[in-house]
Amino acid sequence: MSATLYLPREATALSLGAETALHAIREEAARRGESIRIIRNGSRGLFWLEPLIEVQTARGRIAYGPVRPGDVPSLFEAGWLQGAEHPLHHGLTESIPYLKKQQRLTCSRVGVIDPLELDDYGAHAGYTALRAALAMTPAEIVQAVSDSGLRGRGGAAFPTGIKWKTVLEAAGAQKYIVCNADEGDSGTFSDRLLMECDPFCLIEGMTIAGLAVGATRGYIYLRCEYPHAEDVLTHAIASAYARGYLGEDLLGSGRRFDLQLRLGAGAYICGEETSLLESLEGKRGQIRFKPPLPAIAGLFGCPTVVNNVISFASVPIILERGAQFYRDYGMGRSRGTLPLQLAGNIARGGLVELAFGATLRELLYDFGGGTRSGRPIRAVQVGGPLGAYWPESKFDTPLDYEAFTKEGGMLGHGGVVVFDNTVDMAAQARYAMEFCAIESCGKCTPCRIGSSRGVEVIDRLLAGDQAGTQQTLLRDLCDTMLNGSLCALGGLTPYPVLSALDHFPQDFTCSR
Amino acid sequence: MSKRQRVSIPIRPEPGSDLPAAQRDAVLDAVRLHREAPGPLLPILHAIQQRLGFIAARLVPLIAHELNLSRAEVHGVISFYHYFRQYAPGRHVIYVCRAEACQSVGARELESHAKRSLGIDFHGTSADGRYSLEAVYCLGNCACGPSMLIDRELHSHVTPDRFDAITRRGGP
Repeated sequence: MSATLYLPREATALSLGAETALHAIREEAARRGESIRIIRNGSRGLFWLEPLIEVQTARGRIAYGPVRPGDVPSLFEAGWLQGAEHPLHHGLTESIPYLKKQQRLTCSRVGVIDPLELDDYGAHAGYTALRAALAMTPAEIVQAVSDSGLRGRGGAAFPTGIKWKTVLEAAGAQKYIVCNADEGDSGTFSDRLLMECDPFCLIEGMTIAGLAVGATRGYIYLRCEYPHAEDVLTHAIASAYARGYLGEDLLGSGRRFDLQLRLGAGAYICGEETSLLESLEGKRGQIRFKPPLPAIAGLFGCPTVVNNVISFASVPIILERGAQFYRDYGMGRSRGTLPLQLAGNIARGGLVELAFGATLRELLYDFGGGTRSGRPIRAVQVGGPLGAYWPESKFDTPLDYEAFTKEGGMLGHGGVVVFDNTVDMAAQARYAMEFCAIESCGKCTPCRIGSSRGVEVIDRLLAGDQAGTQQTLLRDLCDTMLNGSLCALGGLTPYPVLSALDHFPQDFTCSR
Repeated sequence: MSKRQRVSIPIRPEPGSDLPAAQRDAVLDAVRLHREAPGPLLPILHAIQQRLGFIAARLVPLIAHELNLSRAEVHGVISFYHYFRQYAPGRHVIYVCRAEACQSVGARELESHAKRSLGIDFHGTSADGRYSLEAVYCLGNCACGPSMLIDRELHSHVTPDRFDAITRRGGP
């Protein structure tokens, strides 16, 4: 009997040497005359252990990692095909504390299945939700999503059910479902992981959205910086078409849903929904005035649901297990779970899906294990490049949309970037303005001009050129951007700048 | 009312007639493949860049003509998106991540090292024509930075030493 091994084909695992490990394993197995079968799964999202290789045993899947080619002979020697002890042995994958302490609902299949195998997806409850949805009325599906309390996971946290209801009730011969897969925020990778490791979950969620609002066409707008996700999605969409999970006759129901993958071209602003729609229409990604909302007049002027990858991917489990099941997780008005991402200078970085309510401190220390450099954590930035920089005094804030807003931050897409005590917060503030200047779409003045002036003011402030005046000017400029910008790019860039200035003023004195 | 005769005035010289066959074919093939799709400009530009490596300014009149757009509209889209190149790249394109998560583990050092060792700034191409250097804002590899992408291959933990090892490693 041949042993079964799971070896990830996900981008981070590949970048850490999954492919060289594969060659070494094949060679060593051949040399020893061992018969092995290798399944290419996604990553569990425990990146400090990648390449994490799992061996199927009677007890379950046993994890070994990080496996370098040089470790392979000793792994065979120790008897890893039987799940034996070894310095890289972590026991049952499911029992690794980092994974065991999580509540993986949306990402339950991430790293477990072979992402390209529709049958493997089906064997793990895949497409049960679509079958259920085909037996429901559109209004019932929308009601279930509303009852679950699901809010947009892209960052704005708008109630998904309300958005869907608006599109359902909007008049229009053609409606669209658009997935915002332009995950441009630094420190975030949950969309990428889900798309690479469980693409059918996203496809199923979008198909259900189509049934719910009466849309027959969908687009996934994927950023071109994710070539691995592009390959996986292309393959997955083709498989879904071939097996009748997409197309003119969904599972023989006579209902239609067509899905197409579109690539962005390196513009951060296209993560803003109206800018994304312009881009899909083949134009410059400049934002639109709102109203009208995309739900009323979106893609090509038609009613359009625009949701993030994780929002769509959370829909199948809501229909499969029921709205109440999902709603029972979380706190306050933040219901369900959020796939958080531990990034930057962190010892154990990766994907941590938790019910809302855990504190930032638990995430940083219990899961993350402090910094990778071993130095103390000085600042964290939650919510991407537009999120506030927080000092340690705020680490007890619960992970909840409202609690973060109350403290002057935002939870956003759940990306947590950690900095140790070597960070220069003035440089981070300057970078926030610089980034806004590079990525501004140019439509509104506070963002287009304000960001460039912001860089200059910070430079003068740091040079000690009338520092007091420059600080007043910087705060005034931030106020203009905050209140006068058309979208979140110009409107939120002041958050990292002001929070750095407020919490780390010593970094802004010229005697540095 | 009498039916008015439609008069079509040909454009001379015909758009694209000045292009080498390889470039003209790249544009026409891309247009043929995507013309029927709604909002086809980005997929067409991607297809052209994938085939030719960049989208030269001289292709713009032909693309505009084929899609019934103005040259300004096509140029506006090409110049808006960071990914579209208007000049020929080196044999490989290196995308170095400049975003916060990578900054926290040494992206600034990597960036200056990459520029120094290749002798170029961002958007430049090394003298031997081997590498072009581009900035990128997040590769979604934020737990294992500093990150960079060479063509379609992702690299983690890219210290200056590792950068040298990767760029000196064989290949054309």
